[in-house]
Amino acid sequence: MKLTRAEVERVAVLARLHLTAAEEEQLTEQLDNILSYMDKLNQIDTDNVEAFSHGLHSASVLREDRVTNQPDADALLANAPDRDGTFFKVPKILE
Amino acid sequence: MNLAGLTLHQASERLRRREFSAVELTEAVFQRIATTDDKVRAYLTLARATAIEQAKQADVRLKQDRTSSPLLGIPIAVKDNFLTHGLRTTCASKILGDFMPPYDATTVRQLRDAGAVITGKTNLDEFAMGSSTETSAFFPTHNPWKLERIPGGSSGGSAAAVAADQCIAAVGTDTGGSIRQPAACCGVVGLKPTYGRVSRYGIIAFASSMDQVGPITKDVRDCALLLQTLAGHDPADSTSANRPVPHYANALTRDITGLKIGHSAEFFVDGMQQEVALAVNDAILRMENDGARIEHIMLPHTEFAVAVYYIVATAEASSNLARYDGMRFGHRADAKDLIETYMISRAQGFGTEVKRRIMLGTYALSAGYYDAYYLKAQRVRTLIRRDFEEAFKHCDVIVTPTAPTTAFRIGEKTQDPLQMYLSDIYTISVNLAGLPAISLPCGFDDQGMPIGVQIIGRPFEEDTILRVAHAYEQMTEWHKRKPRIGDG
Repeated sequence: MKLTRAEVERVAVLARLHLTAAEEEQLTEQLDNILSYMDKLNQIDTDNVEAFSHGLHSASVLREDRVTNQPDADALLANAPDRDGTFFKVPKILE
Repeated sequence: MNLAGLTLHQASERLRRREFSAVELTEAVFQRIATTDDKVRAYLTLARATAIEQAKQADVRLKQDRTSSPLLGIPIAVKDNFLTHGLRTTCASKILGDFMPPYDATTVRQLRDAGAVITGKTNLDEFAMGSSTETSAFFPTHNPWKLERIPGGSSGGSAAAVAADQCIAAVGTDTGGSIRQPAACCGVVGLKPTYGRVSRYGIIAFASSMDQVGPITKDVRDCALLLQTLAGHDPADSTSANRPVPHYANALTRDITGLKIGHSAEFFVDGMQQEVALAVNDAILRMENDGARIEHIMLPHTEFAVAVYYIVATAEASSNLARYDGMRFGHRADAKDLIETYMISRAQGFGTEVKRRIMLGTYALSAGYYDAYYLKAQRVRTLIRRDFEEAFKHCDVIVTPTAPTTAFRIGEKTQDPLQMYLSDIYTISVNLAGLPAISLPCGFDDQGMPIGVQIIGRPFEEDTILRVAHAYEQMTEWHKRKPRIGDG
């Protein structure tokens, strides 16, 4: 076993995903199977290999900090689950 | 004459000769959709009213300007992970609900500027995570060649729409094969450009180091014409490449004399469908008879590509999909506090495959496992890229199968995620290395299902792979076959 049910529960909290007991059980088995397959990577010695980084063009790209779009709060708020005037309305964060 | 069955270059030439109008062409496409999409189910959203409006404008421009883009007045389908201003965009997920984008993806703006007619938004695997279009939260798309088969994925809706003549051409995205594998499954042409060749601005992010936009078309010339419009630098995408774009149609010379074709035994694995191996080897032989030379090359880390990909892609996805928290857009559940709202909104909004990948990616990035999985995978990714660099010292292109089998049956692999992942075995190393590759038809199996051949090129050598693909295509008749939808 690569993966326990307790680890699945821990990762689900990190991922902010509520899982049912049935989902936890199925994911434990499936992820365990997939992670076992991933173990084949350990056949390769990578001690002196650098990790992949952006391959084809690595320089940072800078541009002038200039507003190019038209402000349109209504269009952005149109997709909000809840709003109050020109604000997004969200659940309380602080008690 | 069935206008919907035309290729892009045929339709464009005839529009210019006034044989028909853009409105007539668009209406023919919608007529075709009306008679076939209850079976194929390629579209999630149709945009008929705005499409007719765009076609009317195109007709005005066609009268005034004969030098305009070949896309002017051409009905094009857009995968539903491109933001389209004012046209519902779902990414085939319930978490986006009826999301109405406030702006266009760069690709969509380019299509609109060229005067293309946007027919609608095509189905995909939820968040482009899948190889069959079965993980769509709404419904699966059916393969026009045999309705009980998958169309491939994740751009299955776009590929099926092109194959079924429900559009003249389409755009898709490819993170691990999502343009090429459905193109192969549906018997059409699909090209994944070099990472950075086409802007990613406004496509819904899955795995940002590999996502790339590309054309899905009825033949190779169409692919060159559509890529011409999409390719180029975009200041809104910092990973887009600022380098000149060649004239792709000029590359279609039909001359491959002296071209060196890499052939790698690693791509002809145990368990692949024999007819696929035969068809691809026959394609290579035809290229050789046409003047190309075969070079035997080694890509020794190919067998590790699936493992690397499903660590790197899920890690990136788990991070990209953290934005779906139910606060500013998308689905929000009623819950007792903020954390519960996040957890239940996401549980209700995401489907099974997306949850599985978020879990896998979160695990691979979590404390204690990061080095063993994510870092290890990124080191092996370097080796995969080096394999290609070394191979391309000895050849100009590499020719492989696109997928190990033809389109499988709907439902056949949904219970076994690892088997589903292995259907991407030939396409994903190309994304890991950031290279361009095209898939085009090279035969049919004994069930009548299309087979695809993949041609991989050096970075930014889309012109070379288009030239080879076109030379091969012009020697064959595969691309001229059409499915008879619903005839078994």
